[in-house]
Amino acid sequence: MLKITNLKATINEKLILKGLDLDIKPGEVHAIMGPNGSGKSTLANVLSGKNGYEIEGEISFNGMNLNDLKIEERAQKGIFLAFQYPLEIPGVNTNIFLKTSLNSVRKARGEKELDTLTFLKLIKEKAKELNIDEKFLSRQLNVGFSGGEKKKNEILQMKLLEPKLSILDETDSGLDIDALRIVADGVNSYKNKENAFLIITHYQRLLDYIKPDFIHVLSAGKIVKTGNADLGEQLEKTGYANLS
Amino acid sequence: MKNQDLNINKEYEYGFTTDIESIRAPKGLNEDTIKFISNIKKEPKWMLDWRLKAFNRLSSLKEPNWQKPKYPKINYQNLYYYSAPKSSSEKPKSLDEIDPKILETYKKLGIPLVEQQRLNGIAVDAVFDSVSVATTFKDELTKKGIIFCSISEAIQEHPDLVKKYLGSVIPLSDHYFATLNSAVFTDGSFVYIPPNTRCPMELSTYFRINASETGQFERTLIIADKGSYVSYLEGCTAPMRDENQLHAANVELIALDDAEIKYSTVQNWYPGDKNGVGGIYNFVTKRGACRGKNSKISWTQVETGSAITWKYPSCILQGDNSVGEFYSIAITNNYQKADTGTKMIHLGKNTKSKIISKGISAGNADNTYRGLVDINKKATNSRNYTQCDSLLMGNKCGAHTVPYIKNKNSTSTIEHEATTTKINEEQLYYCNQRGLDQEEAVSLIVNGFCKEVLQQLPMEFAVEAQKLVAISLEGSVG
Ligand SMILES: Nc1ncnc2c1ncn2[C@@H]1O[C@H](COP(=O)(O)OP(=O)(O)OP(=O)(O)O)[C@@H](O)[C@H]1O
Ligand SMILES: [Mg+2]
Repeated sequence: MLKITNLKATINEKLILKGLDLDIKPGEVHAIMGPNGSGKSTLANVLSGKNGYEIEGEISFNGMNLNDLKIEERAQKGIFLAFQYPLEIPGVNTNIFLKTSLNSVRKARGEKELDTLTFLKLIKEKAKELNIDEKFLSRQLNVGFSGGEKKKNEILQMKLLEPKLSILDETDSGLDIDALRIVADGVNSYKNKENAFLIITHYQRLLDYIKPDFIHVLSAGKIVKTGNADLGEQLEKTGYANLS
Repeated sequence: MKNQDLNINKEYEYGFTTDIESIRAPKGLNEDTIKFISNIKKEPKWMLDWRLKAFNRLSSLKEPNWQKPKYPKINYQNLYYYSAPKSSSEKPKSLDEIDPKILETYKKLGIPLVEQQRLNGIAVDAVFDSVSVATTFKDELTKKGIIFCSISEAIQEHPDLVKKYLGSVIPLSDHYFATLNSAVFTDGSFVYIPPNTRCPMELSTYFRINASETGQFERTLIIADKGSYVSYLEGCTAPMRDENQLHAANVELIALDDAEIKYSTVQNWYPGDKNGVGGIYNFVTKRGACRGKNSKISWTQVETGSAITWKYPSCILQGDNSVGEFYSIAITNNYQKADTGTKMIHLGKNTKSKIISKGISAGNADNTYRGLVDINKKATNSRNYTQCDSLLMGNKCGAHTVPYIKNKNSTSTIEHEATTTKINEEQLYYCNQRGLDQEEAVSLIVNGFCKEVLQQLPMEFAVEAQKLVAISLEGSVG
């Protein structure tokens, strides 16, 4: 599904990703761990198409060259990024935002746009699965949401848009124990043979709920180690010190 | 995001001209021009005298220059003060007599005047350059005793009402542009709602400047008699020309006891091109008097066009318990400039006013909110609430808030809130990541920002205004 070959990314003349390879197949869950500042969010941003990076190397997504696509085109083609720091957009009603978003994605997929009533029914259902109170949906987007509420809202959007590749950037940070379980259940229930996950995290506890097929350690812009689910527990004990 | 997408600038949609023969007054501002206007309209002597009095006052007045947007000196002698389609020298008696080219123009503007295509439930007065060319739904309104016609017609048919109220809110020598208008106004709308009558439909005037080198000076007078209600909407467009054209209108509203007037404007005059060449100077005086007790006047404006917009729709709250409201969206893009706001003059007891202003600035534009809240000594227990929000797009535009507050009695309260925010790249990135393209993202954020004002517009126009807001900002983020 996603194949990254020798990816280098520079921002403000600083080389952040220094030659990175990654191969994600449908149905797989990949976790990325690594020290602060190693380039995990940068990788997520680059995949989503965020402005400002100079890119070398290749990123192919379902046969398309991602470097040719705009941010919204990537989103419409099924790349979803749950932000480490979700943005607040004052004045914009959450429901209206979600509906506009869903309909642009549906339109791009050649599906019929949903009318307001159908949409509301759908979103209420999805919110309930994630234990999100309906009243959040009529508030301004992320404005005044607590850290954990914002993260849950990201997962709600993921479930709504039904992406092929979901990149979760530290979605577990800031979640209380119950919310972590709910979010993990949300991911697990959405997971299937056709879609894939790239999960950026600092903590093994999320990976206890969502079993990764691979764990990669990113350090100073390179993947320095790849292992199976057991690598996480090992890292928890030893840290990153003797890996780079 | 690919950069080329950020530079698109949607062409002004209404910039076409109608090729039509017109009758013009000779160029220049002098007594002869005024006599020409009065004569061609077959006005009674009192009207001509009134105009000449205004003209005489003009020489003692100076153009104001305290407003922020400066403009090159206007050569008043080089303007035409009257231009009318030749075909309308006699006002058409029915729509069938209107020049088809004019009908076509209004059709292109989305304002059909022809019987079978009339806007649903909205009566329209269409003003083309200096004259009113059509008023629809007149018969239905007449049955209720409602008068809705051009001001020229009102001067002929309802002189008592005109004499009593014209200039009663904006005095003859108020200030330069208002006085100029009093001397040379050519047409506009007149509305009278009889006591205890609720006007059954939206009344609307559509102003169109077509001719070049022509100033448009329209005059609108709306009187809501005791216990009546009316909602009135004006819209405006002009062709694209590289000269600056002057539009100096006067609007006077009078609400008697328990009456309510809701006045909405969607102003989309030609704003000039993206380098700031051409565009309308929109120097307008709008004032409402809440003359009776418990009366209410509410101004809503969506100002997206014009090279320079300079207007302060105001309320004089004379009657006890009267209410004034001002809801405004002012959008400036490229090199447009707006200096707009309101004046709320509290004279009666327990008077209330509310000001919600949303300024949006993009490109190299400059946007100023200027407002006065003046609570008089006798206006005990009065209240004002003001909220001014500015939204900036990019780094080259400016937003300013200039509130003047005078509270002369201790039982009254004034509350003022102001915010300035910036649409930032990160917010747009977030929206893009959720599948919205640049335009959708900007429109969502901006419409969210102006929601409180858009909600005030009559339903039929809210959707249009929402689109207009998005269009005027296209290509402004980068
Ligand atoms: N715009 C920028 N200009 C310069 N340096 C940047 C910029 N953005 C990120 N960096 C740097 O790139 C490096 C990688 O940042 P990134 O956010 O990808 O780290 P991370 O692995 O996600 O860290 P964390 O675990 O703290 O979230 C950091 O050293 C950061 O300071
Ligand atoms: Mg990070």
